[in-house]
Amino acid sequence: MRHLMSPLDFSVEELDQLFDLANDIEANMEKYSRACHGKKLATCFYEPSTRTRLSFESAMLGLGGSVIGFSEASSSSASKGESVSDTIRVISCFADICAMRHPKEGAPKVAAERSSIPVINAGDGGHQHPTQTLTDLLTIRSLKGRLHHFTIGLCGDLKFGRTVHSLINALARYEGIKFIFISPRELMVPDYVTDMLKERNIPYEEVIRLESIMPQLDLLYMTRVQRERFFNEEDYVRLKDFYILDKAKMKLAGPDMLVLHPLPRVNEISVEVDDDPRAVYFKQVQYGVYVRMALILTLLNIRVDEREGEKICLT
Amino acid sequence: MLNVGKIEEGFVLDHIKAGKSLSIYHHLQLDKLDCTVAIIKNAKSSKMGKKDILKVECDIDMLNLDVLAFIDHNITVNVIKDGEIVSKKELTLPKEIRNIIRCKNPRCITSIEQGLPHIFVLTDEQKEIYRCKYCEEKYTEPL
Repeated sequence: MRHLMSPLDFSVEELDQLFDLANDIEANMEKYSRACHGKKLATCFYEPSTRTRLSFESAMLGLGGSVIGFSEASSSSASKGESVSDTIRVISCFADICAMRHPKEGAPKVAAERSSIPVINAGDGGHQHPTQTLTDLLTIRSLKGRLHHFTIGLCGDLKFGRTVHSLINALARYEGIKFIFISPRELMVPDYVTDMLKERNIPYEEVIRLESIMPQLDLLYMTRVQRERFFNEEDYVRLKDFYILDKAKMKLAGPDMLVLHPLPRVNEISVEVDDDPRAVYFKQVQYGVYVRMALILTLLNIRVDEREGEKICLT
Repeated sequence: MLNVGKIEEGFVLDHIKAGKSLSIYHHLQLDKLDCTVAIIKNAKSSKMGKKDILKVECDIDMLNLDVLAFIDHNITVNVIKDGEIVSKKELTLPKEIRNIIRCKNPRCITSIEQGLPHIFVLTDEQKEIYRCKYCEEKYTEPL
């Protein structure tokens, strides 16, 4: 039985298979519409995250399965002091697969150790959020046609943003990637990330201003400066508007450069950019559903027959 | 010059960094063993200038040498039987250490989950880096 704790749990070849499946789902939704009939997904969300939870629910419903779960710790037995180990053993009796979000880092791993059903890490504190990374990779692969040989700019909160660190680690496995980190000094990528890039001879640049590097980029990954990451309000207010992507900056970019964002956006991308065909962050949300569908099928070992749309359970 | 007598069966832990012997005494949980222990601090050493030595008279299966390797793999472990050194053990960094050190990350699940062991995994042998199995926080504090 497999779980998903980190994007690096899957090899590059396994990711290719997963993304091929996600693209097939995108092209043939009907074929997969009963693939998980009779199966239940438990969404165990110990902290609110409407977007990720609904994406998982939409994915399972799209596969013809059903969904049970809770959306905050106060409505679960965690509020009575139940451990994660006990909760997952109980959930294993109710569902066939579980997506867990928890504010404590490593909680889904504890669950996976005790579980008799596959567990997907749906975000654990500032640690990992692998399905966001899979979403980002699928979006890039689907819209650029490849996951190698491009220059990607990552902009905003690069110090605390776990989606950024996961994406860098995941892309570092592909050939010919150059990273450009665009952030204020206070929010630069941590040393352990740049040390890893140096060790593997992967080129990167750190810059302060977004405008100067726009023409070089094949992809621009924008992130939100999160209020909860700051110790004081003053720092947050000073930095949050530092890097705003608007029409003027988009004019400096090439015609094929794509803008991604894990969402929710606050004001780091001006709404005037939304209609630009290069702004793909809402398409990215849709790819998030496809990749979660592919992931559920993969972890449940369900393959849908090419011709008949008939499901075959491989276990 | 201080004279400490021979032991019949047990270990002599030599080349301990000066001042570290008490910390090793606690980590090896020697306080829980009902046996003779000699702690020698700041002994003269041609190699190290000053060193600590621990002599432990006990059954040779009683010590957890993995813990010792984690603390300092440069320590020489002399195994004593019938009053003679029968072997010198080479210490290698353990792949995993359990319940010896605690994860200091307040956001780690180990901070709230009852009965969960504190496990650290050797992630970089060359740089001797251990990370928490759950939150992957690097262990940084010296013992």
